[in-house]
Amino acid sequence: RKIIFEKQWFYLDNAIGHIYGTTFEVTSGGNLQPKQEVEETTTETKEAGTDNRNIVDDGKSQKLTHDDIKALKDKGIKGQEIVQQLIENSTTFRDKTEFAQDKYIKKKKKKYEAVITIVKPSTRILSTMYYAREPGKINHLRYDTLAQMLTLGNIHAGNKMIVMETCAGLVLGAVMERMGGYGSIIQMYPGGGPVRAATSCFGFPKPFFDNLHEFPLSKVQSLLSGTFSTETLPAEPEETALVEEESNGLSEEKQSSLQETEEEPATEAPMDISPTEEQDTMDINAEDVEFKENKEKENKENVREKQIKQWERRKKLKEAAALLREKNADGLIVASKFHPTPLLLSLLEFVAPSRPFVVYCQYKEPLLECYTKLRERGGVINLKLSETWLRNYQVLPDRSHPKLTMSGGGGYLLSGITVILEKGKSDSSNSEALKMEEPSSKRCKLQDLPC
Amino acid sequence: MSFVEYGDTIKDGDTAIVFLGHESMFPVKVQHGSVTQTKYGVIRHSTDLIGKKYGSKVTCSKGGWVFILHPTPELWTMNLPHRTQILYSTDISIITMMLELKPGSIVCESGTGSGSLSHALIRTVAPTGHLYTVEFHQQRAEKAREEFREHGVEHLVTVTNQDVCKNGFGVSNVADAVFLDIPSPWEAIGHAKSALKAEGGRICSFSPCIEQVQRTCLAMEESGFTEINTLEILLRVYNVRTVSLQIPDLGKAAEDNSSTGLDSSSPSHQGSSCANLQQGTVQFKSGVPLREVVGHTGYLTFATKS
Repeated sequence: RKIIFEKQWFYLDNAIGHIYGTTFEVTSGGNLQPKQEVEETTTETKEAGTDNRNIVDDGKSQKLTHDDIKALKDKGIKGQEIVQQLIENSTTFRDKTEFAQDKYIKKKKKKYEAVITIVKPSTRILSTMYYAREPGKINHLRYDTLAQMLTLGNIHAGNKMIVMETCAGLVLGAVMERMGGYGSIIQMYPGGGPVRAATSCFGFPKPFFDNLHEFPLSKVQSLLSGTFSTETLPAEPEETALVEEESNGLSEEKQSSLQETEEEPATEAPMDISPTEEQDTMDINAEDVEFKENKEKENKENVREKQIKQWERRKKLKEAAALLREKNADGLIVASKFHPTPLLLSLLEFVAPSRPFVVYCQYKEPLLECYTKLRERGGVINLKLSETWLRNYQVLPDRSHPKLTMSGGGGYLLSGITVILEKGKSDSSNSEALKMEEPSSKRCKLQDLPC
Repeated sequence: MSFVEYGDTIKDGDTAIVFLGHESMFPVKVQHGSVTQTKYGVIRHSTDLIGKKYGSKVTCSKGGWVFILHPTPELWTMNLPHRTQILYSTDISIITMMLELKPGSIVCESGTGSGSLSHALIRTVAPTGHLYTVEFHQQRAEKAREEFREHGVEHLVTVTNQDVCKNGFGVSNVADAVFLDIPSPWEAIGHAKSALKAEGGRICSFSPCIEQVQRTCLAMEESGFTEINTLEILLRVYNVRTVSLQIPDLGKAAEDNSSTGLDSSSPSHQGSSCANLQQGTVQFKSGVPLREVVGHTGYLTFATKS
């Protein structure tokens, strides 16, 4: 399979059998495997200037022309050598400070020495990648924010989690990784089916999916009011929706594998050809053959297959509904493009007392409203609206400084803990709860003290 | 109860968190016949706690009430008895994700300190992973062991009392990840490398000072670690408040009754006279930062052994 990554294309065949973290150099069309440590380009005679007072930007410091460079490239000369040539033909290079020389070489190396490291997929890699490549698809959920969600939600093996996300399945994947196949997850989905393009990038083993359930968001109300039944589900639209979802998933999967491979050189390109994908194509092939053989028979079988699929889907739906009905989930994670308030007010019903919940939103305002509404509802304590800032550093001898600040853009979190909601005297207890919890006003605490 | 498994009801011997109000809580060890004093009155464990569900509201003797919460590493972090400076959940979460920890991971940590990070690590690697934690201070090591026993996680952790810079982690080629929170992490990088699995793993070092970070980065490079990356994470917490801002009296209402100047605020006082302008306010909800200054905890340096 041909893959395009950072304006390079290659086949992955040669990469099989190497351990994760191996670095490859791209040749015309295939992969070459160079050694782990690329030996330092020996910059002959460490000659360097002290400052740039005599360096003039006249655009003529590089003696090689564009065409010369192109010619070098076309000849298939090693990138390392091109860089060396560029250095030799730069009149100002020698006058630059040592640090500037370093920087120059690094920049040129990046451009001409295409190296690719293949690494194992993980939440770290995938969330960093999605944030850099496709932030829109994951509602601008920055990776440190995702990390907070996993911790605040106390995600661990054995949990029974409810996850509602429209982040291409990234949040689901992160939760699955932390649960390691122990416990169960119920994914609430809008529309025809859950999107799991990012989830499939993790390359989870099949048993991880045994306790992964899904439940349509549009049935939540009927489940809460007790009028839910799988029989009421319209059969046809469901089926088409399913097909749609599958094709969607596939195309997105392809897209995302493209993104993955389009990572910076020298960083990572997690390429796990997921077993599901292979299966899919195989299924399609098999179907095709049968199609040619006997259309009529195929049609009949198709109908039967559809029925079986539908039946299985209903069964899974029933299971998910039963799990939800117990109303004893160990946590709730919400990260979607929808308004969080109605989601939370409904979905919290399914969560046991003394369990954490975390809501992500790209914007602060909806969470402000959500905060207020939750206070009115009661049954929650320790509400906290937060945001994290992430700052990366360049650490080099005598050249350490912050790289870039990412403020805003990483989204906001509203977290809290559920408690038993006293239904009898909801009004009075609510106001009491408000009084007790209101952090800002010390007056309330003083009032509470004497009692 | 256990820190790695949720339970429904409070049992004898459990550690529970008593929640008094916003950010005001403390841990209790639940014991038959024992009592706990709060500012709302006495809680009698036998009758008020044991057998009740976690998340219940418990009425104290003076008529006040508190909530009893199931312990989690995050709640523990907020309430544990400090024996050292500790890591808080913000740093812990990025550490956990960047070290790629999950059930089954083997982790080495030093120093154990007050066990704030330890509990979070254990929670994440349970039930099949293990934490090897090294603390050179004998009393702290003892105390940590005791806590792990009380919290029902002793089978997931080994506490070793030795100097990690001299003697290492006591294990080699087993770890998926190493975490260092010691004054001179560069002296332990070699030991960290040998503790990590032959096929590779991740390392993280936490240091408050940039000079420490520089030495650590150098040591990591010399030991052949790749993907060296230093970052800092800061938490901003917001108070949700309704703010009302008064609308200044510019004399407009008197001048022009059908004024368009204030149309955005509220049409109700549009036609009213200047006297009412005193109540002319705009209300809105705002997330107000708790404190002005965001503190610095430490720099986190991550790297990969491959």
